[in-house]
Amino acid sequence: MKKWMVLCLILVSAMGMMVSSQAGNTQMKTTMARGKLVYDRYCLTCHQADGGGVPRMNPPITNTEYVLGNKQRLIGIVLNGLNIPLEINGEEYENPMASHAFLKDGQIADVLTYIRNSFGNKASAVTVAEVKSARAKNK
Amino acid sequence: MRFKLFLLSTIVFAGSAAAQLPGVSIRVPSGFTVANVAKDFGRVRHIAINTNGDVYMKLEKLNQGKGIYRLRDTNKDGVMDDTLAFGNYIGTGIALKHGYLYASSNSEVFRYKLDAQQDILHPDQPETIVTGLVDKRQHASKSIALDNAGNIYVNIGAPSNACQEQDRKQGSMGMNPCPILETAGGIWQFRADRLNQTYKEGVRYATGLRNCVGLDWNNEVNELFITVHGRDMLHQFYPEIYNQKRGAELPSETMYMVKKGDDCGWPYVHWDHFQNKKILNPEYGGDGKKTGAEKALSPLVGFPGHMAPNALLFYTGNQFPEKYRNGAFIAFHGSWNRAPENQEGFYVVFIPMKDGKPTGKWEVFADGFSGVEKVTNLSAVKHRPCGLAQGPDGSIYVSDDNKGYVWKINYNQ
Repeated sequence: MKKWMVLCLILVSAMGMMVSSQAGNTQMKTTMARGKLVYDRYCLTCHQADGGGVPRMNPPITNTEYVLGNKQRLIGIVLNGLNIPLEINGEEYENPMASHAFLKDGQIADVLTYIRNSFGNKASAVTVAEVKSARAKNK
Repeated sequence: MRFKLFLLSTIVFAGSAAAQLPGVSIRVPSGFTVANVAKDFGRVRHIAINTNGDVYMKLEKLNQGKGIYRLRDTNKDGVMDDTLAFGNYIGTGIALKHGYLYASSNSEVFRYKLDAQQDILHPDQPETIVTGLVDKRQHASKSIALDNAGNIYVNIGAPSNACQEQDRKQGSMGMNPCPILETAGGIWQFRADRLNQTYKEGVRYATGLRNCVGLDWNNEVNELFITVHGRDMLHQFYPEIYNQKRGAELPSETMYMVKKGDDCGWPYVHWDHFQNKKILNPEYGGDGKKTGAEKALSPLVGFPGHMAPNALLFYTGNQFPEKYRNGAFIAFHGSWNRAPENQEGFYVVFIPMKDGKPTGKWEVFADGFSGVEKVTNLSAVKHRPCGLAQGPDGSIYVSDDNKGYVWKINYNQ
């Protein structure tokens, strides 16, 4: 009897996990789709369709600490833009990036989640709460 | 995590650098041949060829700590067998005139004296000709050209896209008058033989020029000619005026002949080769139709947008067929901000000219540098034409700042 109960419990919790991970997948898919829209509209020209950037001009957003690392710094780049000499994987890039603070918190969270999980990148999602708190600290 | 990422990036970088690139095949008109004379020097910007065939390359990234490389074919067997590296600064401009080699960093111009054997007397002690020029990274290349009266002309690109109050920020208006034009956004003239000149000793020769990476002195008419990079982001910032296609084609890249005192209209207008007009930029109230800067020059040629004309060379040799004499070759670096449309450029064009005026339409002369059929991402591009020079035998040379290749193009009948 006890064995059955344990088995049932395992089955139920496993099913629950499957359902919640499915829900997570669907949510991630929606976020990624929304993020791609923002990327194509505001980021693609400079950073290119493959995230590879433009030599000497606009940095790549693939395989770099600036995208995969500290999320607060990454959100800060979107909010404030960036115009300082910066070496990324041994190369320097000269074009300034303008502030994109006009994007809504949700758009920033979506697009950063999208770039952290596209072009071969794999990193945790950026949440609206994280963008909100970064924007508050930024003021 | 950081350490792992660092390792990963290092491996990827070394891997791509070590991998042998499949050679690209450069297409040229019938009767011409292409030979590779240099490869893997890195960011080779402009080049100059001496009367003895020595090839000078100016690098925008130090290679083994040096920013200038000279290649020499000592036994005249057609192979560069001797390399001299000097200059501890990066930059774009390089030129030879009256026994001196001139080279620029992004803020200064230097010269080196050559002896009778065409060797540089003091490779590590150049004389500083010009100093203290604006270098704010964006459009910092100081391309140079010399006339026959002892002057040197220096491009000082505007560190800006359209002189907006906040550069490249959607919705930010253009400043009027544009304060950048006081120290940049034009061509400055200096004496080629005077040391340590600053803005004070220089003359703002031509203004209203966003960034002229290509410039050459035309000896047929004894005037300065330039190729200009037009502004970016018409479609991205003003999609209601410029649709995706229109934004890819506009504004025109341009070629001008400029005389002392000329104004070419940046940042107030851009050239539109469909309307053949100087169109007011939207940052200054333009709607795609309104014209502006009525006193500004119109260009001699308007090319499709964003192709980045990085070098200009007037052909004065005898080797190529007659139609090429006094005509202009232009190296197009290739666009990046036509995305999501395909990118355009990555070739050398020719424009037949007489008395300093085009006598026909421009045509693609050498193509295939990108190594791909259609360019959708810049990361896939193998080579980008950046510099042009003419050899003493009437051949021309093309440099590439993506991988550091140089090609020589001959005509063999």
